[in-house]
Amino acid sequence: MSERRHAFASVRATARLIAVKDLRIERRGRVLTNQVLPFALIVMVMFAFALDSDAVLERVAPGLVWLATLFSTLFVIARSFAVEGSDGALDQLRTSGAPSAGIFLGKALALMVQLLVLVVVLVVAAVVLYRADLSWQGGVLLVTTAVAATGGLAAVGTLYGGLSAGAKGRETLLPLLVLPVVAPVLIGATRATESAFGTNGIAVGEGWPWLGLLAVFAVLFGVTGAIAFGSLLDE
Amino acid sequence: MTPTSERNVTGTSFTRGLGIVTVLGIGLLIVLGLFVSPADVNQGESVRIMYAHVPGAWLAYLAFIVTGVSSAAYLWNRTRSLTWDRIAGASAEVGVLFMGISLVTGSLWGRITWGTYWTWDARLTTTAFLFVTYVGYLAVRGLGGSHHQRARRSAVLALLAVLEIPLVHFSVRLWNTLHQEASVAGRGTDVTMDGLMLFSLFLGVIVFTLMYVWLVLHRQRALALQDMVEDFGLDAALAARRAEEVV
Repeated sequence: MSERRHAFASVRATARLIAVKDLRIERRGRVLTNQVLPFALIVMVMFAFALDSDAVLERVAPGLVWLATLFSTLFVIARSFAVEGSDGALDQLRTSGAPSAGIFLGKALALMVQLLVLVVVLVVAAVVLYRADLSWQGGVLLVTTAVAATGGLAAVGTLYGGLSAGAKGRETLLPLLVLPVVAPVLIGATRATESAFGTNGIAVGEGWPWLGLLAVFAVLFGVTGAIAFGSLLDE
Repeated sequence: MTPTSERNVTGTSFTRGLGIVTVLGIGLLIVLGLFVSPADVNQGESVRIMYAHVPGAWLAYLAFIVTGVSSAAYLWNRTRSLTWDRIAGASAEVGVLFMGISLVTGSLWGRITWGTYWTWDARLTTTAFLFVTYVGYLAVRGLGGSHHQRARRSAVLALLAVLEIPLVHFSVRLWNTLHQEASVAGRGTDVTMDGLMLFSLFLGVIVFTLMYVWLVLHRQRALALQDMVEDFGLDAALAARRAEEVV
């Protein structure tokens, strides 16, 4: 029993270490703020060119927020494992004896924090550019949605990022693997955000059930990832 | 080690027999499906597409189930063998092929019967996702590395697909019920099938299954040979070169 508790504590400690390390690298490297966020914003502007109508934009704003998030997520995942690729960092992690579940959760957590920042910026962009409305209750729903959705995206991203890390052609492989898997997140998060924005007169209350889908997704892939990540790492 | 000429073929007397039966079955299916069986009262001649479409879809699902089970067998320590991995890979390849066929024939049939190539029906959409997922699976198999690296990576991916597909199906159904009426096809209407039509459909399923077994057996052996070439190819080439020099 105490051994199990010890293992659990070790997973938690590893997760914290890895998450802090990744976020520190991000703070110093500023790839998210200097490259990914500008990319996400230019995508939002491009959507406006493509759709070319204020009314349409207002109606599809929630979907565009999450599409832009998905596209940008691919870059953040790639970045998260590019960091491990240089100087053989991933090999050293493998040989360090740190529990793989801890490595998975740590990297997922760092990803999730970055994605949350991304979503906040994109929501603000939607309010400014697409005239999305956000009430107080809608804000609560949106924050909860963002946490659950980015949790799921981070878990899937870490899992598939680890799978394709170091492989040839991973830049093109990652979207092919990740996008079909995260379709439920796109569906759930977009519907919940529609309620939060009150798009098409949808009430805020109608958004909450979609959170169930997002939460189930995040938990399922979080647990699976923690279990499966080890067998992907020790190759 | 130079493989003898006998080991360079992927056929055995069993697969040869199976192949002959399959080809005869396809011939019979063509005759029955295209000429002997009657046209449908509602769908007309387009019902004949079903004799390829339904078996194709059934087979793709069977193939992906086999891929999942073999992947689990590979990951389980007591049955770890690259043969499981090759069966998984061969099955996925054949499955993707037949899912492609079934998607194309399905949308052609839909165009004739429903007036549209595609509807956002949960089953259709899930099938499309299944297709893309296994295309990704095959891409991962091609990543390189050692055989066991490939096997482990792709086995984990195949098991993830088992988790992913129900989730996608469920969420598409939720999305669908809110946004669209249920699909067009005579759902709920009383479908009675002509005996010969039913027989052709069953024959199609059996023939396609035989074809699947046939293809997977060959493909799995071809993959084994490919692995062997990678393992021994360089050694064999060097040995052959040296032998030439001696002469």
